[in-house]
Amino acid sequence: MTDIRATATPPFRLSMLVNDQRYRSLTFQVIVFILVMAAAWWLVDNTIRNLALMGKSFDFGFLFQRAGYDIPQTPIPYTADDSHLRASVVGLLNTLIVAVLGCIAATVLGVIVGVSRLSKNWLFARLMTVFVEIFRNMPLLLWILIIYAVFTEILPPPNAFRGEAATSGMILFDHVALTNRYTALPTLGMTNDPGSLDLGARITFNWATIAFVVALVGGWIVRRMIRAWAQDVQDRTGSRPTTWWMSLAVMILPSLLLIWYFGLHLVPPSLQGFNFTGGLNVSNSLVALWLALTLYTAAFIAEIVRAGILAVSRGQSEAAFALGLRPNRTMSLVILPQALRVIIPPLISQYLNLTKNSSLAIAVGYMDLRGTLGGTTLNQTGRELEAIVLMMLTYLVLSLIISAGMNVFNARVKLKER
Amino acid sequence: MKKSVFLGTAAAATLLAGMGMAQEGSTLTQVKERDELNCGVNTGLVGFAAPDASGNWTGFDVAYCRALAAAVLGDPAKVKFVPTTGQTRFTALSSGEVDVLARNSTWTYSRDTDLNLDFVGVNYYDGQGFMVRSDLGVTSAKELDGATICIQTGTTTELNLADYFRANNMAYTPVNIDSNAEGEQQYMAGACDAYTTDASGLAATRAAFADPETHIILPEIISKEPLGPAVRHGDSNWGDIARWTLNALIAAEEYGVTSRNIEELVRSSENPEVQRLLGTTDELGAMMGLDAEWARRAILAGGNYGEIFAANIGEQTPIGLARGLNAQWTQGGLLYAPPFR
Ligand SMILES: N[C@@H](CCC(=O)N[C@@H](CS)C(=O)NCC(=O)O)C(=O)O
Repeated sequence: MTDIRATATPPFRLSMLVNDQRYRSLTFQVIVFILVMAAAWWLVDNTIRNLALMGKSFDFGFLFQRAGYDIPQTPIPYTADDSHLRASVVGLLNTLIVAVLGCIAATVLGVIVGVSRLSKNWLFARLMTVFVEIFRNMPLLLWILIIYAVFTEILPPPNAFRGEAATSGMILFDHVALTNRYTALPTLGMTNDPGSLDLGARITFNWATIAFVVALVGGWIVRRMIRAWAQDVQDRTGSRPTTWWMSLAVMILPSLLLIWYFGLHLVPPSLQGFNFTGGLNVSNSLVALWLALTLYTAAFIAEIVRAGILAVSRGQSEAAFALGLRPNRTMSLVILPQALRVIIPPLISQYLNLTKNSSLAIAVGYMDLRGTLGGTTLNQTGRELEAIVLMMLTYLVLSLIISAGMNVFNARVKLKER
Repeated sequence: MKKSVFLGTAAAATLLAGMGMAQEGSTLTQVKERDELNCGVNTGLVGFAAPDASGNWTGFDVAYCRALAAAVLGDPAKVKFVPTTGQTRFTALSSGEVDVLARNSTWTYSRDTDLNLDFVGVNYYDGQGFMVRSDLGVTSAKELDGATICIQTGTTTELNLADYFRANNMAYTPVNIDSNAEGEQQYMAGACDAYTTDASGLAATRAAFADPETHIILPEIISKEPLGPAVRHGDSNWGDIARWTLNALIAAEEYGVTSRNIEELVRSSENPEVQRLLGTTDELGAMMGLDAEWARRAILAGGNYGEIFAANIGEQTPIGLARGLNAQWTQGGLLYAPPFR
């Protein structure tokens, strides 16, 4: 009896940890785990010791000290008297501005180029191929610098717009001036200003802005209701009522009404002293960064879109045609819904890339998060570790939010297996 | 059992980490062992620190590094120059990438305390100024309301600028740049109306222009910028060596010791201060771990303070800076080396 039992479960020997299949994978997992933990331990321990050796502490108190420096582009009110924290928030907002502008433009351009590459027009399709290859095969930083340098060197300084003997003129009916510092755009003025909503911390929203947002969102909701109603009528009677003019009306009429009510009009910039004032000066660093990010990312998105469309088998469109669907309906009802589920996941990565790539802003002096928190603040306070850790966390959170949002969208368009 | 294995490994790792951190030795021993001085300089500012056509670094700050290398290593050529920007310089110093930083850096309270640097003295008393094109028609900084101004990030310059414009109730748009070269390019292209930095830097920048006479430096000096070499906080001996090398250069000028007459003075000087400085009496060098002739070599490297000034940034050079505040105290300036005894 005892003998039999011994063969059933042989006594445990150390070599069995490696030789015995039952334990082997567990053994290696434990070893790897220990190594990883030891490495992390070593890093943290080393950092703490070295910080102590240099007489530095790890604390975020510097965020509440006076920043003392100015930032060229401030989406929320900011002066040198504000704290480093507020300066960092301004930087983060600047990051978001260029990231959002970039994602929108890159998507639009990418879709156009991607679809065009499949065009039957040989020359056109080849041109798009050249575009893709040029922009995705050269470092982004180079593009940013080149575009910025072109703006700085080719466009005239504001001075050139001055006086009788001006060598440059404004464009678009004297409403826009392209200079080597910024593009001076008109701002919106109101004859009937409703005042602003104060959110505290000197952040305000004009009531007119809020009214427009409400009008647009409301219009969109009503439009959905109209379409649902039209669908309902179609289901019951078999003929769909014409709704396009209703949709158009609910989308546009309220806004027109608001424009009239607030007395909205364009205020063109005018040259005063050294610079254009009165309008909105969009700095060349923002435009160069935005353009470069757009072109670069659009090249990748174009390939994703092309791959997505090619992934839908020809039989699908042939079947749709056979059913008598028109080409554009085939595209929107058959091809696109199927292509989207191939397109969305890699598109998320591109949005994340674009957002993180925007930290190259520092190369052209655009004060994003890297420029404020990771640049001037870090440098003036000497809090390298804190600033970098905070910056990494911010980018991480930003990326997670973007991918969470996009994943929700993805869940909605992905193939529903029934 | 798994737990004990884990703890054992963790303990071993800690031990290893501890050993890795074992005393790295003083900066002096490190420099001697390496047989080369790592000196942080700027990325290129003619007159202060810039590589010439054949790649040799020359300039006012460079000369200090060479003197220090001569004092410590016996050879002014044993220097590795590490170009640093306004943003990277202090990190380069505190991380040990450079042994000394001579990069037009202003001695300020927070840099000395919070950033854990030790400024070892002042080699140039400066102040912040503005440069504009003469055809802009501006003659005073007070007329710059609304202007676009180029500034180097990570400098005292950007803080002073913010303060000055606020104090005078003026507005401006900053254009942040990373190096002097970039600032020059933006300014030349007219992307900013004015360029602001230390007045010495402005003079040096302007001297490098093709048409220096079409640019003016405005009369206002809006800050105090005592520029000097800095070392890491915590190694006092190395700080002493850096400090007294600078003092030796300044004292040498005061006592008339030049690179030309130094050999003769070693033999014949009757002045006890000069004798101590040149190591012919007393053993001052040994007190900070150097030999007796350290100061002699430092002075021979590029001359005394006055010679270095004249050769790199003085009135005979294109940069053409007058001694002004940087004259010896005996000449109405601020240079005042403590006694060598
Ligand atoms: N003294 C100021 C400014 C120093 C500074 O950045 N100076 C400029 C011009 S004087 C410079 O050295 N530039 C050279 C370079 O960019 O390499 C400070 O310490 O913050």
